[in-house]
Amino acid sequence: MSSVEALPWWAAIPVALLLVLGGLITLIGATGLARLQSFYQRIHGPAIAVTLGAGCILIASMVYFTVTQSRLVIHELLISVFVLMTAPVVAMLIMRAAYYRDQRESRNEPGDQTIP
Amino acid sequence: MTTAALLSAASFFAMACVVLSMLLCTWRLMIGPSAQDRVLALDTLWMCTMLLALLLGIRHGSQIYFEAALMIALVGFVSTVALAKFLMRGEVIE
Repeated sequence: MSSVEALPWWAAIPVALLLVLGGLITLIGATGLARLQSFYQRIHGPAIAVTLGAGCILIASMVYFTVTQSRLVIHELLISVFVLMTAPVVAMLIMRAAYYRDQRESRNEPGDQTIP
Repeated sequence: MTTAALLSAASFFAMACVVLSMLLCTWRLMIGPSAQDRVLALDTLWMCTMLLALLLGIRHGSQIYFEAALMIALVGFVSTVALAKFLMRGEVIE
């Protein structure tokens, strides 16, 4: 069914471990997003755990393609660097927006319009 | 057990985990009490979609999926920033 190429054992075991670890960490982050109580607790799941899971899967992909193609394949590094740079920025923007909206709602000024 | 079977099982497990994460994100996207919860769920959803594309690339041994993952990452970042700005100010371009 699948066409996963055969790797030597010294490469297959780290790749498999990183894949399993990345999947599990991503699942933990999404569970935190779904289960935690308030918004300020929920943002920790995606901002920290999912980024770490993405890093694990990206490293696994780099090792896999480097060994199967017998040359250095590191263009997954582009996505890694991009995700590592943008995840804190995105988390900070969403947190700031949520904080402003909470402040605005608690002040409850009549002229302000909030998106429900 | 050969290495191909090991890698196939590992990538299938990771794909199952990522799909389950996407289901949890969709649940939060639907029930989210406030708009910022929905934006956060959408942000996690594109990250999971990118991971799914990468895992499909490993499973099929193809490099094409890398470019799809890169595009999803770029567009997802821009869309999340635009949505967060819209939540804060009520408009995207001032």
